[in-house]
Amino acid sequence: MNIKRFFAVFKARNIEFFRDKSSLGWNLIFPVLLLIGFSFIFSGDGRSAYKVGIINIAAEGVDHAIEKQESFKNIRFIDYINYESLEEAKSKLSRHTIDLIIEPSSNRYWVNKESAKSYLVEKIFNTQLNGFNRLETLGKKIRYVDWVLPGILGMNMMFSCLFGVGYVIVRYRKNAVLKRLKATPLSAFEFVSAQLLSRLFIVMFMSIVVYSGCNLLFNFFMLGSYFDLIIIGMLGAFCLISLGLLVASRSKSEELIGGLLNLTSWPMMMLSGVWFSLEGAPSALKNFADFLPLTHLVAGARKIITEGATLSEISYHVTSLLVMSIVFLSLGAYFFSWNTER
Amino acid sequence: MTVAICVEALTKKYKDVIAVNNISFNVDQGHCFGLLGPNGAGKTTTIEIMEGIIAATSGSVVYKSKENQGKEVDNNMSQQIGIQFQHTALQDFLTVKETLNLFAAFYQHTIAQDKLIDLCDLSDFLDRDNRLLSGGQRQRLLLALALINDPEIIFLDEPTTGLDPHARRNFWQLIKNIKEQNKTIILTTHYMDEAEQLCDDIVIMDQGKIIESGTPHQLLNKHFKDVFIYLPKEQVPVLLIEENQWTTLSGRVEITTSNVESTLALLMDNKVSLEGLHVKSANLDDLFLHLTGHSLRDGK
Repeated sequence: MNIKRFFAVFKARNIEFFRDKSSLGWNLIFPVLLLIGFSFIFSGDGRSAYKVGIINIAAEGVDHAIEKQESFKNIRFIDYINYESLEEAKSKLSRHTIDLIIEPSSNRYWVNKESAKSYLVEKIFNTQLNGFNRLETLGKKIRYVDWVLPGILGMNMMFSCLFGVGYVIVRYRKNAVLKRLKATPLSAFEFVSAQLLSRLFIVMFMSIVVYSGCNLLFNFFMLGSYFDLIIIGMLGAFCLISLGLLVASRSKSEELIGGLLNLTSWPMMMLSGVWFSLEGAPSALKNFADFLPLTHLVAGARKIITEGATLSEISYHVTSLLVMSIVFLSLGAYFFSWNTER
Repeated sequence: MTVAICVEALTKKYKDVIAVNNISFNVDQGHCFGLLGPNGAGKTTTIEIMEGIIAATSGSVVYKSKENQGKEVDNNMSQQIGIQFQHTALQDFLTVKETLNLFAAFYQHTIAQDKLIDLCDLSDFLDRDNRLLSGGQRQRLLLALALINDPEIIFLDEPTTGLDPHARRNFWQLIKNIKEQNKTIILTTHYMDEAEQLCDDIVIMDQGKIIESGTPHQLLNKHFKDVFIYLPKEQVPVLLIEENQWTTLSGRVEITTSNVESTLALLMDNKVSLEGLHVKSANLDDLFLHLTGHSLRDGK
């Protein structure tokens, strides 16, 4: 590995990207437009019911508490959700997934100080909660835009990684840029590494710019660590770039590579949890989605953002991305061809 | 004369097509060596095997220079040779200067950039985007990239194809300047005037085989003793044409002769006006036609 040669190609690729104003603009504007669009579409809360978490006291066997619990449920147009764990319920309350927690067995209830709905539900249950200890929790609401953010950023990264690497390499191969480079001392490893790291730099730079810019507009929810988010983002981008390299390892046809990249990207867009959760989907579909890198990037990022998960808590996604990266990169390196033979 | 490259029994097959069919030749140090032939003759395949870009089906290419004594061509040779391909795209959005810097980074030893810019006459468009270069400017940049590592051996694959006559002549001058530095140049072309201007030795290929080789002078002397005299047809009496078995083509009379003076005397004796007279020696185009029965540009 010659660093001088590697850096020369890395720099040239970055210059090419940043001077291509149309591509640069699209990479910046596309995710912003999607986020703005979805924030408008899902800005209203279409559900009329409030959600109240009841801590399940069945296990405690307290008869009078059961009676109390049932008395709460007399109020209509409220969704009552039973929880076994108080911690789980508090986590939901802090993220505005539910609006109130009642624990009849201990005569306690919790409200979220930052939630208007929590305030209103407390008023509704004013009579029933007489004599209960009022406790407070804090936490910003997770809007749909917060939930969909990792998906949209992930999807943008996916397109940038797959098409920015795969398509460009095939174009280089087709118009003999690769052939010209092969005639120099530049090795395939140096070339591929430079492409990979250049795209990784571009993708992370663009994603951070988009996230930061949109954050000024939307004030995104963020429970976890930005460092962890960057790490999972880099791992996901690395894995997707490796996949792009594998898809582009031999082809010389832009039409074929366009089809192959679409074939690779569409299942990820639909099944990787970008727009909606796959909870409740057939297990075969969920198993298939588990083999898609974007699934792990989006799920990992979403857990960091909305649940405050650490890297060790999302180790399954981290490991999956690492394993897939190694497989894609090894196969890509094995199959890679400058393809100068006619 | 020191041999720079020795090509021995080279063959390249693509499925059922034999692109290069058992050819052998030597390239002398410091010479401009021309591989001539029509499109599809096997020139590019031969030169790309010599460059180590593609592998031969059989045969060998051996570099005889001091650094690579008797070594067969391989990818590592790229530090020592310079290549200008027939079809090469340059990276978009880079300027000429940035492209030079990019390629300079690939080599251990490079020529001073100012010298290279002067040699290839790039100074007027150094900050221009590669996409905005004219054909001639682009070829000059590609030549500069081929020379960037100051190679002893330079491969130029049809470097002037697609250029206008003025740009072609400018490019020839650049190649002559390089030749003066005692570099070995391997040039493919289907322009015979180019080969006559630049090449010390030539190999003529057709359908993957070598059909003739030598210096342009040797080959023309070997195959043509005569020169051609052309006159407008209406100026020459029909009887004189028939008596001397001259040929008429495209409104002209073609007189093939080894003695120009006596032929001119004959014409003047017959009161033939010499207005519009044109005397031409046989050139490599004529030689190719003579050897194959078809012209170089026509292919087959």
